Amino acid sequence: MATSNKPIVWGPFAAGGTLTAFLTPVLILLTLLAGLGHAPDLLAYDALRAFAAHGIVKLGLVVVIFLSLWSAAHRLRITCYDLGLRADTLVATLVYAVAIAGTVAAAAYLLRLNPV
Amino acid sequence: MSERTVELEVLRYNPETDGEPHFQRYSVTCREEWVVLDALNHIKETVDPTLSYRWSCHMAVCGSCGMMIDGEPKLACKTFLRDYPGVIRVEPLAHFPVERDLVTVIDDFIAKLTRVKPYLIPKEEKPVAAGEYRQTPAQLKRYKQFTLCINCMLCYAACPEYGIIPKFLGPAAISLAHRWNQDSRDGGRAQRQEEIAATEGVWECSFTGACSEVCPEHVDPAAALQQVKIKSTVDWYLAHTMPWLNK
Repeated sequence: MATSNKPIVWGPFAAGGTLTAFLTPVLILLTLLAGLGHAPDLLAYDALRAFAAHGIVKLGLVVVIFLSLWSAAHRLRITCYDLGLRADTLVATLVYAVAIAGTVAAAAYLLRLNPV
Repeated sequence: MSERTVELEVLRYNPETDGEPHFQRYSVTCREEWVVLDALNHIKETVDPTLSYRWSCHMAVCGSCGMMIDGEPKLACKTFLRDYPGVIRVEPLAHFPVERDLVTVIDDFIAKLTRVKPYLIPKEEKPVAAGEYRQTPAQLKRYKQFTLCINCMLCYAACPEYGIIPKFLGPAAISLAHRWNQDSRDGGRAQRQEEIAATEGVWECSFTGACSEVCPEHVDPAAALQQVKIKSTVDWYLAHTMPWLNK
């Protein structure tokens, strides 16, 4: 039997799932802290903006955003299937397109982000 | 010894005479420590000798008495009557054709199990005189959990994907293939991957985890399948990004 090409979509899903499992709680905590005005100076807006303007950090952010969005998209695709929505090709095209669009939008924004 | 009466609603079906399966009620005077299998044996011995079901060991080792008990795949020898308050519904394992009453046709599972080569394919053949294949406790630990499978097929009855896609290799067959792949003495992984890395192999699994919930031996087939997915993904990326590694 032929080897499946499913690893193309499953690989980023698994990587993104692992990443968000560790990253998402941290982001929620930091957002809450910043919202309540308790963020340390190192994590203040200006500091983070300067940090994100560096080329390697931009690349890292795009990878993190892509993996997170892809993971969510794939999970949604499987959930749709399990809930009885069996138009898999349509669902897959739609959710992966959203993940890619989100990644492209983030990349476009980051490219325009220059050091202050 | 306390006794009480339980009502069992058992699916009956004889394809030679019945058009449709139907339920038959039995009242059984049972003891506190009886399991569902005791009640079925009591019915067969004293009430209705025509009732058909599989069983052998009565101690959760042989894997023969898997059936749906109140809609859940269970071993009849491990399911106590006292845990069920009302009428207990007993049906053959889901997702398998019925041969007669609670006996299912298991040819599909046996064929799939055969395809994944669930036996040792030695990495290197050596004469008996060369001594045994030695293994460290750490090497044993990598696969020991997956050896506990008793082929009872409860995981197939629980798996929603197997219900939708009958071609799916399924939890037990893939877990047992993984058991041999993880064995330091074995060199048969490439042969097994032909079945396992195919679309109808591990990739129909959507990780609902139902297999691990019903497994009476705590094999955790869902974990085995996730490990197989990771390894198959690494294989795929290596094969497609470093073609010079392909033999």
